[in-house]
Amino acid sequence: MRQTMNGVLRRHGLVLAFLVFLAGVALNAEAFLTPGNILDVLRQVSITGMMALGVTFVVLTGRLDLSVGSLLTLLTVIVVDQHNIAGPFPAIVMTLAAGLAVGALNGLLVGFVGLNALIVTLAMLSFLQGLVLFYSGGSNVNVQNAQETWFAVFGRGDFLGLPVPVILFLVGAVVAGLVLQFTSFGRRVYGVGGNETASIFSGIDARWTVFWTYVVSGFTTGVAAIIMGSRVMGAQNTIGQGYELTVLAGVILGGTSLLGGSGSVWRTVIGISMLGFIQNGLLLLGFAYYVQWLVTWAVIIIAVWIDLGAKRGRILA
Amino acid sequence: MMEAAILKVRGITKTFPGVKALDDVSFDIQPGEVHALVGENGAGKSTLMKVLAGLYKPDGGEIVYQGAPTQVAGPLDARQKGILLIHQELSLSPELSVAENIYLGAWPTNRFGVLKKRELRRNASAALDALGCGFGPDVRVGTLSVAMQQMVEIARAEAFSANVVIFDEPTASLTDTEKDQLFHTIRGLKERGVGIVYISHKMDEIFDITDRITVLRDGQVQGTVDTCDTDLNRVTRMMIGRTLDAYFVKAKAEFGSEVLRVEGLSKSGLFDDVSFSVKEGEVLGLYGLVGAGRSEVVETIFGVRRADAGRLFWKEGRIDLPTPRQSIDMGMALVPESRKEQGLVLMMGGRENTSLPHLRLFSEVSIMNKPRELAVFEKYRSALSIKTTGPDQAVSQLSGGNQQKFVLAKWLCADPKLIILDEPTRGIDVGSKSAIHELIADLAERGLAVIVISSEMPEVLGVSHRVLAMSEGAVVAEFEGDALTEEHLIDAVSHHRGEAAA
Amino acid sequence: MSQATDIRAGSPLQSVVSWLLRNHIWVFLALTVTVFSLASPYFLTVNNLGNILTQAAFIGILAIGMTMVMIDGEIDLSVGAVLALASALAIGLQDHMGVWPAVFLGLLSGAALGFLNGTLVALSGMHSFIVTLGGLIGIRGLVFVYSGENALMVPDFSYTEIPEIYLGPISLTAIIFFALAVLFQWVLSSTRHGRETYAVGDNIEAAHDAGINVRRHKIINFTICGTLAAVCGILLSMRLGTAEPNAGKIWELWTIIAVVLGGTRLQGGFGSMWMTIGGVLTLAVLRNGLRLLNTPNYVELMVMGAVLVLALVLDKLLNHGEVP
Repeated sequence: MRQTMNGVLRRHGLVLAFLVFLAGVALNAEAFLTPGNILDVLRQVSITGMMALGVTFVVLTGRLDLSVGSLLTLLTVIVVDQHNIAGPFPAIVMTLAAGLAVGALNGLLVGFVGLNALIVTLAMLSFLQGLVLFYSGGSNVNVQNAQETWFAVFGRGDFLGLPVPVILFLVGAVVAGLVLQFTSFGRRVYGVGGNETASIFSGIDARWTVFWTYVVSGFTTGVAAIIMGSRVMGAQNTIGQGYELTVLAGVILGGTSLLGGSGSVWRTVIGISMLGFIQNGLLLLGFAYYVQWLVTWAVIIIAVWIDLGAKRGRILA
Repeated sequence: MMEAAILKVRGITKTFPGVKALDDVSFDIQPGEVHALVGENGAGKSTLMKVLAGLYKPDGGEIVYQGAPTQVAGPLDARQKGILLIHQELSLSPELSVAENIYLGAWPTNRFGVLKKRELRRNASAALDALGCGFGPDVRVGTLSVAMQQMVEIARAEAFSANVVIFDEPTASLTDTEKDQLFHTIRGLKERGVGIVYISHKMDEIFDITDRITVLRDGQVQGTVDTCDTDLNRVTRMMIGRTLDAYFVKAKAEFGSEVLRVEGLSKSGLFDDVSFSVKEGEVLGLYGLVGAGRSEVVETIFGVRRADAGRLFWKEGRIDLPTPRQSIDMGMALVPESRKEQGLVLMMGGRENTSLPHLRLFSEVSIMNKPRELAVFEKYRSALSIKTTGPDQAVSQLSGGNQQKFVLAKWLCADPKLIILDEPTRGIDVGSKSAIHELIADLAERGLAVIVISSEMPEVLGVSHRVLAMSEGAVVAEFEGDALTEEHLIDAVSHHRGEAAA
Repeated sequence: MSQATDIRAGSPLQSVVSWLLRNHIWVFLALTVTVFSLASPYFLTVNNLGNILTQAAFIGILAIGMTMVMIDGEIDLSVGAVLALASALAIGLQDHMGVWPAVFLGLLSGAALGFLNGTLVALSGMHSFIVTLGGLIGIRGLVFVYSGENALMVPDFSYTEIPEIYLGPISLTAIIFFALAVLFQWVLSSTRHGRETYAVGDNIEAAHDAGINVRRHKIINFTICGTLAAVCGILLSMRLGTAEPNAGKIWELWTIIAVVLGGTRLQGGFGSMWMTIGGVLTLAVLRNGLRLLNTPNYVELMVMGAVLVLALVLDKLLNHGEVP
């Protein structure tokens, strides 16, 4: 009996602690658990959440993608600028295409050339920052007809009482989850992450699998950029800076292993949402916004440590 | 004679879940003696070695070292006591110098932790000179050849004045000249009264260098003999035991048309000019000791490795060397040697592991057909009587035998035309073993071509219609029918080795 | 294992070649210096070279600690945030206790956070990437909690004159960088701790079996890394006279780039301070040279990314396909 309690605590300890946190905040800030506020939180996490969906694919194969922050900046600049030049629809197409292209380049270097994912995507981070400045010439861009364009729907619209970005995020999460759980591609991703050698012996081409996860990551970042551009109706050259870390923190917090092979989309959704609720809760309680970083630090360490304990000593890399 | 033993092992027992790895093992090592420890894979050699080096704690029995019962707490303790283990995989740091590697972790330093480099060099030089090494103490180990690196490890024996040195497959990656050099060194150690345990699969070496031989089988000592009073045949017989012919079920010898033919398959350094063919309904055995190149050959045929040269014919049609995907789609299956590293994704359940090589067969438009997966899972769970709590229990939690059955299930479920089994019964319990032997016969009778690789002679003889003997990357003989006997196989493998050694 | 070389036949030329193969970054550095010398008349001036060294020193000091940690097979993503905290404390505490105690506490904060990182890595078995990613986020939070959102100003501007000591064209900051680099190269090559670093990074089990206390060892290296980040932060605060809460943001990435460019490998067991100095200088020369040529700053970022990927490919080719 005690053992079961222990097991439950270990496996779901973090979720329990999180519920306690939610209850604690709710008691002290009436506005916290109101539908309006919850939707606000979800709206805020929809961008990082969307990116985290793609990064989850990459991490499940045991690789990393640190370029998504810079890519978000680049794609947001592109979508806003092209909106002015070519109109909303071509802008969206170009943004998604650019995201796919960058993802493919990452995938080529990591999957096929076999270079270290951390360094390659770090190099890409730097390269893309340069590309942003090259493209924008260093100045901020704004949507000129912000009041009229239907492009506003992605970041600011509502549908059936739900904010469109939240719907996009949730639909994206469901699709990503279905792909991972129910398609052969998903199975390959888990196979390569879980045991690359055994997967190759099973006829799976690990290079292509890794390649496509980076393409997915590029695509979800593209969608995130569309939401971002539509919400802000403009883009600065630093708009996505540091997002790669928040996204990774959310994925790790959810319990997806950086070693690959274990984790899931719903875990990522939980991890990213926890970050959002912690941030929002602390703000409502009157803490400065940066206090959330301290809490995030503690939560990451505790969460991963508990998770390691649950897996009894299996080292998480 | 036993009075002077430097190290005595008395009644050592070590049990792992489901396996008795060592069962009442006793033997002793005299000063100035080279004592061979032989046995087939899984006989308990490496477990015994790890017990001596302090890596495993025995469940029972005692180690008497220099006349006193001793507990070995770990490799460091063993080294300080004068027991040195030289692994097949060397424990050296390539970035450190020879001297620093000899004294790894035990460098002479002043009290601020600054190395006393001069002292280190001097001591290391002395050890190297005693061995007659052709390199100095300051060379970075990463720039040395494997043989030289091994000398660095042996130099530790000098440096720590070891009384017992255990060699584990020391010649696995050495050339003949390097081997001679090594034997010269071992004889030097011997003259200085060091007791040496020599573990090897290579019989010619055993007869060349050792004084006594202890044979292990299934965790038990089969006997200790003086090397000069015995011969290869006897030792081999002790290693493999009396064959239990009744134990094996051989498939009826009704062969169909040729499924696979290999001509002149070569990869430099691994195997050379390998040719053979296998027919429907035929079980082809590939016998050879570890390191003969058997796994490399089949992995190349399957497409996991690349070849330098060679032609493949599938159902009598010439094909290019395939990728694993193409092999699987043609109807080839490879049950690899290492089920944990090559065979299974350990955190997945049996269901997902089973469908992994055939995702296309288990999906419609890329969407996995879970009911079909479950049906196949249940089919093989009962057909192979796999003990698992359910389709999604991680296979890491299963016993070796049940894991191996899932590896078989994952290859059988797509009805292959040719199945290659690389050491299919290694490290699994007796019950599962015979189940797998029956399965092999059954598969052949259903018309599959089967290739079985094994270093267990009774197994190869028991299940195969025809056996190829491999040695040092080449096929040295082929036997079938009445010629399929232990004597012939032993002769083939050992004669060839004799020639190579001469 | 790398290729077997017959070391007995080692002529001086061969040893130069083998040194260059291991330290190919210096060839690359020489190449970049040559190119920029030809391209810009201002590049090869004493003044500019002095500037480059000073600019290089900040990332350089971080890179020294990062090299220690990376040879261990670990990584420290929190150095940028530790730098900011040390810089904020060194300036912010001066009002209460005077300059040098404040500087000392700044250093202490770096050592303490490094110790914390190392302890978490050693005790939990978590990978340092996760531990220090947490630290990168959380320690930045600490900086903001301490200093709010505004930059702290130094109360007495004589503080900014402390590093204004020059040896010819070489600033005190640059001297400190080189002194530390040489010191830690000596630690790596001549002390027990340094030799342990390679042993642990190359094969942690063999190191453990040889009686090396791997946990204590790693804690020491993370503490070194944190302390050096604090040194960098304090030098930065002296140079600027202010402590911005966002100081050192993404410097951890530049540091990793410099170290990897030098040739030290992420998977551990291989590297040296000479390589790191080469990497740091190359990075600084590239940035400086491109600026002298009046290239827009985006070129710098793009070149950096491309150079880093090239360095990886080169390393892979030179080392017979071993993936870094």
